[in-house]
Amino acid sequence: MGLKILVLAKQVPDTRNVGQDAMKSDGTVNRAALPAIFNPEDLNALEQALQLKDKFPGTTVEIITMGPTRAAEIIREAMYRGADGGYLITDRAFAGSDTLATSYTISLAVKKIKEFDLILAGRQAIDGDTAQVGPQVAEKVGIPQITYAEEIKGIENNVITVKRRLERGIEVVKCPLPVLVTVHSSATECRSRNTKLTMKYKRAKTLTELQEAGMDYEGFYKTRPYLTIKEWTADDLNPDPNCLGLTGSPTKVKNIENVVLTAKETVRLTADDKDIDFLMRELIANHTIG
Amino acid sequence: MNNVFVYIEIEEGAIADVSLELLTKGKKLAQQLGKKLEAIAIGYKLDGIEKQLFPYGVDVVHVADDKRLAPYTTLPHNKIVCEIFKNEKPEIALFGATSVGRDLAPRICSTTGSGLTADCTSLEIGDHTDPKTKTEYKNLLYQIRPAFGGNIIATIINPETRPQIATVREGVMKQEIFDAKYTGVVKPIDVKNLLSKEDFVVQVIEREIEKSKLNLKAAPIIVAGGYGVGSKENFKLLHDLAEVLGGEVAASRAAVDSGFAEHERQVGQTGVTVRPKLYIACGISGAVQHTAGMAESALVISINNDPNAPINTIADYTIIGDLNEVLPKMIKYYKQNTK
Repeated sequence: MGLKILVLAKQVPDTRNVGQDAMKSDGTVNRAALPAIFNPEDLNALEQALQLKDKFPGTTVEIITMGPTRAAEIIREAMYRGADGGYLITDRAFAGSDTLATSYTISLAVKKIKEFDLILAGRQAIDGDTAQVGPQVAEKVGIPQITYAEEIKGIENNVITVKRRLERGIEVVKCPLPVLVTVHSSATECRSRNTKLTMKYKRAKTLTELQEAGMDYEGFYKTRPYLTIKEWTADDLNPDPNCLGLTGSPTKVKNIENVVLTAKETVRLTADDKDIDFLMRELIANHTIG
Repeated sequence: MNNVFVYIEIEEGAIADVSLELLTKGKKLAQQLGKKLEAIAIGYKLDGIEKQLFPYGVDVVHVADDKRLAPYTTLPHNKIVCEIFKNEKPEIALFGATSVGRDLAPRICSTTGSGLTADCTSLEIGDHTDPKTKTEYKNLLYQIRPAFGGNIIATIINPETRPQIATVREGVMKQEIFDAKYTGVVKPIDVKNLLSKEDFVVQVIEREIEKSKLNLKAAPIIVAGGYGVGSKENFKLLHDLAEVLGGEVAASRAAVDSGFAEHERQVGQTGVTVRPKLYIACGISGAVQHTAGMAESALVISINNDPNAPINTIADYTIIGDLNEVLPKMIKYYKQNTK
């Protein structure tokens, strides 16, 4: 029994390693200074998909990502690790999308793909930490959701069993397919690149990338369809323009403030014995401790 | 109509702290708007639950009581809340940023087409003029949260869509009784007619929820470690100091992500918010997501080998040095001076 699995993934700025130059002097984000990475929990989701592929021969795993042209990088990265291909959903019309407009756009792509058994996604992306796109895509596609998954325990008779990692414990739930599952960082880490697959897919490109690189589609790529990363724009999805991008986003950013920590009067100490002795005496004297 | 709603989270019959905190905040917002505060309680065996809610100034409690509604599953809770929203047209709706609230709120927002802001650290009422159209909006909910690696604080608004929905972590808002004698009305929901078999396709077959042994919010002294602590082994030093001082050990997200400490010890925007008498920050640089969860501590000591760590600016004492050296000395001089 082969499954058809879609994995929702996002290329994100690596906000975990924000350096001094992450913000410009005008208070806007200097995206160029932040490396773009595969959202970590989306890799956890990919691994769950690949484990199912190992278990059920004939399973296909395809990535859906929405973003600029360069986001095709993460589709390739997923292919190096075992995914079969992917869809880059890209258009200027999507710019400024909040989670609702993003979910709407992705749900159109899912509906266009039409046939699938399982959608996997990371629980949340590190650039916003909202955890909203997964449940919202599930609602728009009209399927149930299972969030905070730590492990897909099995699929039998078209029913999936999932272990969820909650704040204070675990829960095991089952649900008939199709379903959307969001995967938690406590799930198994994603396998690394496979050398053979990396060789096979290193020249996988979207049409835009081919054009930009001036590469010949007719000659090389036409005979190797597995090297073409599918690319869909707004026109391919037949959307309601009022639901896209900034227009389709109910949340608006009213203002953004740079974080300035207001300095307190600080007593500066060293690791010297007399400094620590002084500190502990003072804390005891003012009844903070003791 | 146009009231402030709070979704009440119920775990094995007990109301979650975060829901009571949201009621406290919700009451203030409702008063500012001249509106009522309404609560939604969904679960099983909820008889008398309103008595626990009215003292927070709740005017209406919507109760959906059915064996199939506990433990929580997404679809039936979603349908009930959406039905209430359709009839009552809330102005504002608040959910805990818990594994329930963060599962439910986005599904609801997708159904109703509302905007949602996750993990708010502050909620205020304010006006807005659209910079392009010059349209004026009165009394919007300002949903304030750190964003983008904590380098910015963003104020998010939903000018057009209602309800304005936000999630808030446990401990961020204070919990206060509004009036112990306050009473409101109970509105039962006709669950049997509202829900169908398809709403119960997800079945919980096993569940192990521990009552949290750890109560960081109540700890008077917190010894917190960040990425700079370096390892799980080094965290033992923090435990030693916490034990001697009668405190608890907490951690920054970076330390939790690196596996140095358990998730339930995480302080900050995506963890717990604490207000202890003393907060000792060890090897914590002080990103705003972390300081959002501890800035109201009465006294802050930062131990860091980086004299320029941002946390030093909000600390009352900074000790520049190696914590492997500093922490044992703190224990030593504490013992010596309390003899």
